[in-house]
Amino acid sequence: MKIAITCNSDSLDAPVDPRFGRAASFLIFDTETEQTRLVPNEQNRQATQGAGIQAGQTVVDAGVSALITGNVGPKAFRVLEAGGVKVYLADQVTCREAIAALQAGRLESTSAANRPGHWS
Amino acid sequence: MIVSIASGKGGTGKTTVATSLARYLGNGATYADGDVEAPNGHLFLHPVVTETREHHVPTVRVDHDACTFCGKCSEVCRFHAIAVLPKAVLVFDELCHGCGGCVLQCPEKAISEVERPIGTVEIGAIGGVRFVGGRLNVGEAMSPPLIRAVRDEVTGDETVILDAPPGTSCPVVAAVHRSDFCVLVTEPTPFGLHDFSLAVKMIRLLGVPFGAVINRVGIGDDRVHAYCEREGIEILAEIPDDRRIAEAYARGEVPLDAVPEMRAAIARLWDAVPARVGGSAERRP
Amino acid sequence: MKQLTIISGKGGTGKTTLVASLAALAQQPVLVDCDVDAADLHLLLRPQVKQKHDFFGGSKAVIDSDECTRCGVCAGVCRYRAISPDPFRVDPVLCEGCGVCVDLCPVQAIHEREQLAGRWYESSTAFGPMMHAELFPGQDNSGKLVAEIRKRAVEVAAANDHELVIVDGPPGVGCPVISALTGVDAALLITEPSPSGLHDLERVLELTRHFDIQAMVAINKADLAPDLVARIRQAVGKLAVPVLGELPYDTAAVAAMVAGQPVVTHSNGPLATAIDGVWRQVRRRLGDRAE
Repeated sequence: MKIAITCNSDSLDAPVDPRFGRAASFLIFDTETEQTRLVPNEQNRQATQGAGIQAGQTVVDAGVSALITGNVGPKAFRVLEAGGVKVYLADQVTCREAIAALQAGRLESTSAANRPGHWS
Repeated sequence: MIVSIASGKGGTGKTTVATSLARYLGNGATYADGDVEAPNGHLFLHPVVTETREHHVPTVRVDHDACTFCGKCSEVCRFHAIAVLPKAVLVFDELCHGCGGCVLQCPEKAISEVERPIGTVEIGAIGGVRFVGGRLNVGEAMSPPLIRAVRDEVTGDETVILDAPPGTSCPVVAAVHRSDFCVLVTEPTPFGLHDFSLAVKMIRLLGVPFGAVINRVGIGDDRVHAYCEREGIEILAEIPDDRRIAEAYARGEVPLDAVPEMRAAIARLWDAVPARVGGSAERRP
Repeated sequence: MKQLTIISGKGGTGKTTLVASLAALAQQPVLVDCDVDAADLHLLLRPQVKQKHDFFGGSKAVIDSDECTRCGVCAGVCRYRAISPDPFRVDPVLCEGCGVCVDLCPVQAIHEREQLAGRWYESSTAFGPMMHAELFPGQDNSGKLVAEIRKRAVEVAAANDHELVIVDGPPGVGCPVISALTGVDAALLITEPSPSGLHDLERVLELTRHFDIQAMVAINKADLAPDLVARIRQAVGKLAVPVLGELPYDTAAVAAMVAGQPVVTHSNGPLATAIDGVWRQVRRRLGDRAE
């Protein structure tokens, strides 16, 4: 399966970025081929509104079935849920550690956003 | 003629001046409360409300049978209010600005507009004064559409005293834009002066002729007076700091006759305003 | 780390005056002035600006009159009455940046221009780091600017172990207020004993309930109308919201403002004492909240 992780580089040893909507980029990891690629999120960082929605769309378009990040707001969550992406929260770990935790069943998927909505 | 009453800082006395002016003008005047987030005029004028209407703003709905999930709507929406996913299109009502762009540009004509309520408009009267007000639903973020709905209930053919919200950004602009004259109410304190200077910048940007009323003279210093002098801003009236005015206000009374100086100040203000917009200076009986 | 927002609904009840004193009483909090329309906290805290940032709001449409063929499609599609008839010009005050005219102009004569809508600052004060901003007059997207400075305040607080972020909120109940409230640990609502004070207090209490935020009330200028104070206490008591204290009307407030200082720094009169009492209660209640 493909996993998206908020991260600011394509190194698996980089830390998981706690932000979703305005994360620098998404590291896409394919568990079968063990390949990684980086999908940029630059266009959303300066967005006036709806950054989480756009980021959600980017992640869904990347064809992943799971997302690992630090925080997800309600609008982003709605997009991810509708796009069939399971959301897992991880804090202060590297991408590699987060993937390992997910594969070992140590990460639980969330059923709701863990952050309140922003101003709009 | 539409005379808006604004300020930069909140609490300087907009509603005090606006309701006093409406009461002073009496029969034939209109008081419009444009502060739809925190409407207060009705608390002092006690209008008999004859009509309450829900105000709606547009949002969109997508016909999933006609939709091909091409993504065009999401592409054209500048407000990121639509997300197109492989099997679903999500609309975020609170972000939709009702511009109609997605409706016009959907190749399958699969998008239609619906309305959602954001607040109410109230119409009434008291003592010959027509009353128009708005009340934003708590939890709604955007007040300008409702402020414009309040503005749409009055015309320049009436004598309208329009009570604006505090601040200098889009809600105030929606209230004050294209009014015939704006009265900026301030107080002689450092906060009053600072916010007044921002309000002056805003009103000059909008090109609305304006003048100042300094309320609660005596509580601070004279830097506001000096500023008006330097900037060539006419001080139309000054209202003294008087506990009796505050007490009348606290009792829910229009403070027009709390002290003689208040009525004198309002009379002086109204004397100056119509002349500044080229109208006649008569006060309706 | 806790976040506390001070709001009121009605303007002029004394939010900024109180925030400045809380800044002095707390131990090096991070301050955020979210009244970006009409920011005043800096007049009392005297920040030294360390970093300045540009804030971009949305875009506005601009018609290139050389390329314009005067077909009028733009004016026909504009929902905001922002395009005047021949000669076709966009009124930047009314333009909402929706891009419909840009997309539909048959000769692509309309361009989108990003708006520099304000600036925000990271500063230091004697009482702690301070984030503040100015939204240029007439602009929109104040909520986004509020979110920006709040985000930075939380980053600074986390990086330097500050225990408290104090947010000076704007008046009203609209988008900048919502942006100042989301995700905070508690809201302190300042009211005054007048019909407007009570009316607008009830509106912001609805807002804090809507966003599930712990609310506490302080009544300013309480000695002006004791019977209204009683009505406020009654209304607020029905909602199980605590009143932390009553602050007396005191000329020390303006005197301190004129001197450019928080009240508690400038005086030790009745207002300063009452503010201290409110602060102790705030601190206790913030400490009581489970993580």
